[in-house]
Amino acid sequence: MKSQRKVAVAPAANLGAKNTSTQSLASNAGNDPNMAGNEDWLPPKVLLKPPGQLQLTEPELEEELTRILNANNPHAPQNIARYNNKERVFKASPNVDHFVVHFEFDGYWIYKEKEEEAPEAPPAAETTTESTGTETEGGEGAPPASAAPPAEEEKKQKGPLRNQFNFSERAAQTINNPYRERSTNTEPPPARVFSDTVNQWSIYDAYMEDLQAKEKSDDDKQNILPTENNHNEDAYYKNPELKKAMIIIERMANQNTFDDVAQDYKYWEDASDELGDRKSGSLLPLWKFVCEKEKRKQVTAVCWNPKNTDLFAVGYGSYDFSKQGPGMIACFTLKNPSYPEYLYLTESGVMSLDYHPQHPSFLAVGLYDGSVLVYNMQKKVDGPLFKCNAKNGKHTDPVWQVCWQKDDLDDNMNFFSVSSDGRVAQWTLLQNELIYTDVIRLKFNESGTELVGEDEPLFSLAGGCCFDFHKTIDHLFVVGTEEGRIHKCSKTYNSQYLLSFDAHQMSVYTVRYNPFHGNVFLSASADWTVKLWDHCKDKPLVSFDLNSSVGDVAWAPYSSTVFAAVTAEGKAFVFDLNENKYEPICEQQIVRKAKLTHCAFNPFEPILLVGDDKGTVVSLKLSPNLRKVNNIDCAMIYQQS
Amino acid sequence: MADSGSSANLAAASADKGGAAAASDDKDTRRTFNYPLVKFCDMQDELKTEVVDMVVTAVEKHFANFETASKVIKELMDKRCGSSWHVVVGEGFGFDITHEMRNLMFMYFGGTVGILIWKQS
Repeated sequence: MKSQRKVAVAPAANLGAKNTSTQSLASNAGNDPNMAGNEDWLPPKVLLKPPGQLQLTEPELEEELTRILNANNPHAPQNIARYNNKERVFKASPNVDHFVVHFEFDGYWIYKEKEEEAPEAPPAAETTTESTGTETEGGEGAPPASAAPPAEEEKKQKGPLRNQFNFSERAAQTINNPYRERSTNTEPPPARVFSDTVNQWSIYDAYMEDLQAKEKSDDDKQNILPTENNHNEDAYYKNPELKKAMIIIERMANQNTFDDVAQDYKYWEDASDELGDRKSGSLLPLWKFVCEKEKRKQVTAVCWNPKNTDLFAVGYGSYDFSKQGPGMIACFTLKNPSYPEYLYLTESGVMSLDYHPQHPSFLAVGLYDGSVLVYNMQKKVDGPLFKCNAKNGKHTDPVWQVCWQKDDLDDNMNFFSVSSDGRVAQWTLLQNELIYTDVIRLKFNESGTELVGEDEPLFSLAGGCCFDFHKTIDHLFVVGTEEGRIHKCSKTYNSQYLLSFDAHQMSVYTVRYNPFHGNVFLSASADWTVKLWDHCKDKPLVSFDLNSSVGDVAWAPYSSTVFAAVTAEGKAFVFDLNENKYEPICEQQIVRKAKLTHCAFNPFEPILLVGDDKGTVVSLKLSPNLRKVNNIDCAMIYQQS
Repeated sequence: MADSGSSANLAAASADKGGAAAASDDKDTRRTFNYPLVKFCDMQDELKTEVVDMVVTAVEKHFANFETASKVIKELMDKRCGSSWHVVVGEGFGFDITHEMRNLMFMYFGGTVGILIWKQS
């Protein structure tokens, strides 16, 4: 190896050195005779050393140098900075171009079918054959052949030059639709022929005709005008015949609207009453009477007309001291539940009503301001027939109840009123005035022991809330008071009570004598109880607790043992003492969210009216169990109890 | 169709023929006839009132010259409801025309003048 190394002169050309070394090896060793023989004739190799060659020492020659060849241009600049217009700064560009051209040479060969040689718009087939022909003509001589073609061939080849690479496929070509003509014609506007002649006389005639027509129409207008004046609405309403007809129509309309209710009123009987030996009954709500004009008022009085079985009066007012306002009296009939038959407005809230039993058109009214009025329904006037004022004995507190009495000896009608100012007054209707007499002043306490000295005049009178007259003994009556006592009085003694009952803890709202058994009366109070009394005994016969303030109580007109009571809970109770002395035979919720204030039995039909503090009056039909008429002596029952 | 101008002359001549007493009578009545009287019209009501007003103003303005009056009316009508309107104003004329429906007005004015307006293209 050492010798070989010595022989190898060029250190850079490794390959060449190796070659020479093998050759020298072969010549030295001489182990391949053929080879030796072959190379024998060659001149001996003389190794030439370039002058100025580096003389390297052994270890230097031994040293291995590694070189990596890459495609980078060593002369390419590495630090080119260019201005970036976007960011407005100079930036070093990372991509350096390493491309270097060492040698470039353009060839002189050209494509055979270049544009210059293309034939001039010949059929496609011809060109192809021709081109093939030129192809066959010979490869090497192509440029000179095309350069010198015959004259006619040149002619053919001229024309629009074809671009080999610019063509569209047949499949991509679309069809151009052919054009077609279409036309239409509109109808001409409709025309008409018109002819006439204009001359002076025809114009004159036309104007004269027009004048006459105008005069005629003027005459017609004069005829029409006065009749038009008659046709205003007032005339319709004032016409009494028409009014009557309108009332009938209104009732017919109502009858149609409430047909099912009317059928119930006439024919409905609760079938469950007959089942078994049930004693209880039920109330069926029929019509509802609401006065549209005053929905916020409370029903403060309900009174049936004693002669007309379908007519009743409802008084509207307010029990709330702070919400007083004008009152109203509405007279409804069952035949027309939608609108009252009569409507009277009063200055103050209505508190009580009573129809005269013999003269059904006379209505006595007590107001909240203490005055009493008398209306005559037959008179077609809006105001009352009589009215008391401050001069002639007006009460100073609300008149809680009014009640007609038998005509006096001079056949003058008279009625009583009770007020919380402590007076019970009798009012007599004279020819044109209302005369009053105080029947009794309700003293607070007979003995006066509870009152001392100066306070006495202030509290000397007790407020009367209600009263009722004995049905057979004319002079007897009972008065319920605000503090819960009931006093039996007589018209003839105006200074003292016949008897006093410590009846209730709170004010007594109603007292009612039994229409059949004269000595028995009922009292209803705000202390939740209804009590049954014999007016000779100072202890109640029976007491019923109804769990709410009792607004009103009423005896049934058909039975001595049946009465109804209504409470502030909205419930109506019907008791039949003959059936059950302790429990009501009917307890029914009539209204929700309203207090029942008054109730009244119809004197002829099994109908009970119930009024509430929302201004609604509901009519209820009593089921058969509630209107049983018994023939037993009612006195027996009351004695038993 | 009569020419409006010539008919005016005719009418003037006929008026001269009448006696003096008759003329005074005529004047009284004509004063009362001083309003438009629509003899025949098939236009819409809205258009009708408008056209009557237009004719009254035009004829009152050019009472002596029916030609200008008719020209004014025609131009106004063309402007108002599109082209091809025809107008005849005169004291005496006869006509027989074909007109587009709902586009005809035949009226008298002032007791002496007849006006015919129609459209036909």
